[in-house]
Amino acid sequence: MSTLSTGRARKLGDDIDTDTIIQSQRKRETLDPLVLRNFLLESWDPNFAATVRDGDILVAGKNFGCGSAMEVAVTVVLGAGIRAVVAKSFARTYFRNAINNSLLPVICDTDAISDGADIEVAASTNGLVVIAGGNEIPASPLPDAVRAIVDAGGLVPYLKHHGDFQTLPHPAT
Amino acid sequence: MGQGRTIAEKILAAKSGTEARAGDTVICTVDAALGTDASGPMAIDYFRQMGGDAVKDPARLVFALDHYAPPPTQKAAGHLKTVREFCAAQNIAVHEIGEGIGHQLILETGRARPGALVVGADSHAVTYGALNCFGTGIGSSDLAGAMLTSKVWLRIPETIRVNLEGCLSPGVSAKDAALALIGELGADGAAYKALEFSDVGAAELSMDDRFVLANMSMECGAKAGLLDADAKTDAYLSGRTIEAYAPVSADIDAVYAETINLDLSNLAPQLAEPHHVDNVVGIEAGLGQVVDMVYLGTCTGGRASDFHDALRVLEAAGGTAPGVNLVITPASREVHMALLADGTLAGFAEMGAIIQTPGCGSCCGTCGSVVADGMTVISTANRNFKGRMGNPNAEIWLASPASCAMAAARGVIADPREVLS
Repeated sequence: MSTLSTGRARKLGDDIDTDTIIQSQRKRETLDPLVLRNFLLESWDPNFAATVRDGDILVAGKNFGCGSAMEVAVTVVLGAGIRAVVAKSFARTYFRNAINNSLLPVICDTDAISDGADIEVAASTNGLVVIAGGNEIPASPLPDAVRAIVDAGGLVPYLKHHGDFQTLPHPAT
Repeated sequence: MGQGRTIAEKILAAKSGTEARAGDTVICTVDAALGTDASGPMAIDYFRQMGGDAVKDPARLVFALDHYAPPPTQKAAGHLKTVREFCAAQNIAVHEIGEGIGHQLILETGRARPGALVVGADSHAVTYGALNCFGTGIGSSDLAGAMLTSKVWLRIPETIRVNLEGCLSPGVSAKDAALALIGELGADGAAYKALEFSDVGAAELSMDDRFVLANMSMECGAKAGLLDADAKTDAYLSGRTIEAYAPVSADIDAVYAETINLDLSNLAPQLAEPHHVDNVVGIEAGLGQVVDMVYLGTCTGGRASDFHDALRVLEAAGGTAPGVNLVITPASREVHMALLADGTLAGFAEMGAIIQTPGCGSCCGTCGSVVADGMTVISTANRNFKGRMGNPNAEIWLASPASCAMAAARGVIADPREVLS
């Protein structure tokens, strides 16, 4: 088992939408994640941004990142030093933006994870696992097809390296 | 288990040159990709970081300056400048400020056609599904990848079939049907899946109604909201495209994740309460709720028929109530011109409406009227998240154009059927 991320759990609720992660109006002034991080989750908790520590892990309920497809909702999280989000489920646009920016999206049951707990995301032979309070919570493995993008560090380094999408293993005509 | 395929499976298999099925992830060539002034600047930056020099096929790309239309700040104006300069250098078409919402322009310019794959770096690209086109939202890095390669990676979604039965009653619209469906499915009820709207009820709906259903499918998490093509589709596309297209329909033995029946004939006006789109209730639950601002517009409720519905109710109910701020934004210049030509805009001006530049307007707080702390808005938009219209201390209700107009006339939420016989 190899550790992918360790940090303090920052517990959120269900259906955290991208406007809650970062308000649309903030991005009209700047796209710089290091500036936008000051407004991370401000309508959820105005003090949230000030209390984020490098390596914190967001832990949410279902449908994390629903709403707008705006990618700053992912880059602002990375800008705050958060490198993994653990949720019961993700909205599809957030999931793909996370993959494309190499923010690790981890899907598992998050009920047993408490706010402030030290947790670990690790890769095992069966996929991913979240270790919290001595318990190992099984997490859904990333689809093979997108693992290459995550492994490359995101879509920018992937396409910079390959110049085009590489053929995926699926039935061809 | 049947071997038949859904619309989503057929289009994405064709666009990836594979026999892939639901659950497979494929690399698809896109027929078109949309960027906006909101998603474009980051995509342009990423394109350059990818080593991009010239885009692969400028004819497949289009940008719309819709989120900051007109730009309310110097920085926002800078985003528009960035997009304009990039597109001029790359020979990419740009829809200027005032032409309208990118999604509406994709429809009006015939880029969304039956059987096509059109992606948009904005989530409401699902709207194109009304034209039997696989439309789906992507992010800025996906758009950068599409600029470099004309391709995107997509997981072929499973499909939920939604059988629409019966016809809508007077005073009840496609928006009410969409809200009812979202209330039933929940905000993630169709996550990673496509919706396929089928059967007699779908054929009865106008194109504007179909756009609403496809558009709102995003709000239950759907990757696409697809309808069959028929004579109404052809009539809409007539004069908008000279490209040949082939409608795609599901096989009779297609495999669905779930089938839902939605009876349109028994439907009452619906509301989404603050702050989630799936907080759906019948209109009776909101009656009497005071509203300060009424917003008519967006890629959901900003088409000509929406304004016709709204004005009919406003006039029948005796005009705008004192103290209500009525703000309207046509979805596009084509809509704006149609409303000018038929007198609808004059009617709204007489009702004291503020008429904004065609575009995304006040929907996501990027430009246009914003609301003060403690204000309550009722809107024809698709989202009511906290802070959505630029102020987290305001409350947003969602409803149909008729219900919004009725609220404008009464100053409180009221049932539009009271004035529609």
